[in-house]
Amino acid sequence: MSEVQAGGTKRARRFNRFDNPWLNPKLLIGVAILLTIILLGLIGRLLWDPDLVFTGSAMLRQPPVGFENLRGQAGSWANPLGTEGSGRDMLALLIVGAPNTLLIGAVASIIGMSLGIFLGFTAGFVGGRTDDVIRILSDVMITIPPLMVLIVFQAALGDVSLVVMAFLISGFLWQSPTRLIRAQVLSMRESGYVQMAQLSGASTFSIMFREMMPNLIPYLFGSFIANATTAIVTAVGLETLGLGPQRIPTLGRIIYEAINSAALLQNMWWWWGFPTLLLAVMFVALLLINLGLDEISNPRLRKIT
Amino acid sequence: MPLLEIRDVWKRYGDVVAVQDLNLTVERDPASIVTIAGESGSGKSTLANLVLGFTKASEGSITFDGMDLATAGPAELKEYRRNVQAVFQDPFGVYNPFYRIQHVFDMVIRNFGLAQGRSAARDLMEEGLNAVGLYGDDVLRKYPHQLSGGQRQRIMMARAYMVKPKLIVADEPVSMVDASLRASILDVMMKLRDEGGISFLYITHDLSTAYQIGDRIMLFYQGTVAEQGNAVDVISNPQHPYVQLLVDSVPKPDPNDRWVGEIELPAEEEMRSTSAAGCRFYPRCPVRMDRCRELLPPLYPVGEGHRAACFLHETQRTGA
Amino acid sequence: MSGRVVLQVRDLKVYYATPEGDVRACDGVTFDLHAGETLGLVGESGSGKSTATSGVLQMVTPPGRIAGGEVFLDGEDMLALDEETLRGSRWQALALIPQGAMNSLNPTMSISAQIADVIQTHTGRWPRAKMRERVLELFQMVGLPARIHDMYPHELSGGMKQRVCIAMAIALNPKVIIADEATSALDVVVQRVVAQTMARVRDALGVSMIMIGHDMGLMAQMVDRIAVMYAGKIVEIAGVQEMFARPAHPYSQILIDSVPSLTERQPLRITGGITHDPRNPPRGCIFQLRCPKVMDRCRAAPPPMREVAPGQTVACYLYDEGAADAAS
Repeated sequence: MSEVQAGGTKRARRFNRFDNPWLNPKLLIGVAILLTIILLGLIGRLLWDPDLVFTGSAMLRQPPVGFENLRGQAGSWANPLGTEGSGRDMLALLIVGAPNTLLIGAVASIIGMSLGIFLGFTAGFVGGRTDDVIRILSDVMITIPPLMVLIVFQAALGDVSLVVMAFLISGFLWQSPTRLIRAQVLSMRESGYVQMAQLSGASTFSIMFREMMPNLIPYLFGSFIANATTAIVTAVGLETLGLGPQRIPTLGRIIYEAINSAALLQNMWWWWGFPTLLLAVMFVALLLINLGLDEISNPRLRKIT
Repeated sequence: MPLLEIRDVWKRYGDVVAVQDLNLTVERDPASIVTIAGESGSGKSTLANLVLGFTKASEGSITFDGMDLATAGPAELKEYRRNVQAVFQDPFGVYNPFYRIQHVFDMVIRNFGLAQGRSAARDLMEEGLNAVGLYGDDVLRKYPHQLSGGQRQRIMMARAYMVKPKLIVADEPVSMVDASLRASILDVMMKLRDEGGISFLYITHDLSTAYQIGDRIMLFYQGTVAEQGNAVDVISNPQHPYVQLLVDSVPKPDPNDRWVGEIELPAEEEMRSTSAAGCRFYPRCPVRMDRCRELLPPLYPVGEGHRAACFLHETQRTGA
Repeated sequence: MSGRVVLQVRDLKVYYATPEGDVRACDGVTFDLHAGETLGLVGESGSGKSTATSGVLQMVTPPGRIAGGEVFLDGEDMLALDEETLRGSRWQALALIPQGAMNSLNPTMSISAQIADVIQTHTGRWPRAKMRERVLELFQMVGLPARIHDMYPHELSGGMKQRVCIAMAIALNPKVIIADEATSALDVVVQRVVAQTMARVRDALGVSMIMIGHDMGLMAQMVDRIAVMYAGKIVEIAGVQEMFARPAHPYSQILIDSVPSLTERQPLRITGGITHDPRNPPRGCIFQLRCPKVMDRCRAAPPPMREVAPGQTVACYLYDEGAADAAS
């Protein structure tokens, strides 16, 4: 039934383009939002003065344009999103802070994924005792609540850089990709096309990377995004508690400072409101990407239009 | 020296005996189609995996062209892969969904160094496709899901043919292909045997296709061989009670020749005997004797090259 | 085949929506099912056999839809019934043994509980003892031992599970049983046992049956009449004797020819041609791309069903007056 008549190639092509799973609307919208945030961080540095993130670079507690603060001061275009308790410009904070938050997520997720791919393939291919060790280790580690351990670590380490923080978080991100890849490798090893590759004289290396890896791509992407989300949540959680990098602006750090300075009591909603809103938008974008990737790797979820 | 020689092979999975004391020889010349038939769980697929080297025998030896499979080194194994190819049941799963059809040809050409240069590779693919009755190379640029099951299976035959193996293990190659297209696959097998000199281990549950194209046949029952011989002799004149029941149960495509009488299946727990001793068919056998429970009957000759593992035929050994 | 007509299907159309246009999985299927008879519905994978019956049962799920046609069960228009009445009558009047039924048994419920469930969903609560009696009676009808009453699906063999499914299908005394490839996953000997069980139950209850399948040998053993489907259309309906003795439609001829024999070795018959794109069927006869006897007029308009012998109707121009000479 799947054969296509010779005359139908033009129609078939149109069908293929329509059917291209990567043109998933959820995925596209999610990616677009995320790209906008990243671009805001990159281009924003050129258009807006990033030095305004330093203490006392403007008047304290200024409201955004069009609003008044408790002292009756109106917002000015000098600080369109207002300033916080120590006179730092909110817009500059967001421009510098949002990419930092995303960076932690991406770095932690990449490290976790790399570990996961390595361990998952090793467990699936080597099998035996090695498989047992990796499996038990990942099963045990997955039950440990990361925030608790990280709080202890961070408190002990004090001020850390973004990358060190990402490394610490990635220690809790390799387990689920390891399990996922191990399971996929085990099922693919029994599949017809891997057996065919074996019969075609393909080496183990070629079977891993030419035959298995391409089919893992949607899973890897999905897992990457899910991990990045977890990493950001963890990082923001730690920062909101005042842990992690002390002098580098991140969205979580801004919220921590807002809470710490009783921004709520002073009715300075813009201090905590803007970073929270940006985080929410970020999570919605990541969620959309994840849903989109889910539909791609699981065609049954695809809508027939 | 025979092409493939399987001697006293056992395969156990824990306590379960999948293949018991199997002996099988495939001669080099002339090329032939040896059918391995049996129900699901009879051990016929285990045999395929043993011959393809996907699993190792627990006991006994498998020798190909004088090379023992158990002691072969990596270089010998690669040579073995060239000589023993396979076609599987599912004509979809054997294609990596990520790649175009061409990928299955590229793999063997690259790994076995079948052709030097682009045009030589192209000629080789063309030759392989022509051998299975496909023409033009636009099929190579398609994705597996764009072809029919019959086409996919023929391409698998073309791939196996391109390697120019001495033996092809065909594991249920037509059971997932529509009836009107089955003949084209079976025809390719016969052509490869007659013109390509390739022998086949044709593994199937379908006696009628075995009857149509098989040269020799071996009927498995729960890991043991019940009967073996020339395919036409065995199917038209079965001697083992199990094979008689089996042949009689194949629905005949003739509305005037319907099944007569009902058969009873014994209770489930009695049907599977896990002990290696005794005839496996004992619980279901209509003509069983006490000794069948004690001892596995050996293959007694019942005709020219025709043997049946049943004590009923013990006397004929002296008679014939 | 002169019995009363139980099930009447007229011009049934089931289409599946795709981005590229509708796939006409079942396109104008018309047949009658008489009381007590077994009709075989044959064709290769994708020919619309299962879709046609899901249309009859109104179990078409999106993206599929019933695009037209009528289904009468004992003169009652099934497509006009509302959802509630339908759900009640579906199992009571029309019972389905779905493809792979034995694998769809609930692994966490005992066999008897699953049968009881089917009965009680349609007829309300039963006293315990009476239900047990009924279940055991059903077991006996399909040749299952009473001891499996409290067993779970994984404790049974494939053949037994398949018989449990038959028991479920007959539990509500249906008028029609539809068996979709009910024996195709079983080993030959077990297939024979299950097929014979089905035939015995059918004769004992006097129900009509539609058997869907691709195995012509099994059809020859089991059915009274055969309807051959190709690409969503019925191309020929005939009594099983006529179908095997002198199939009329070129596609039926190919199907009958491709059945391998166990009594004589014959040269393989190979059919060429490609199937058309289901979204874009050719104008005229649906089989023209693979037909060895295709004529010009086959490409112009689809041939209507016409009776070529008593009880044998076929959709092919070869049997028009004068056309046979032109073809030969």
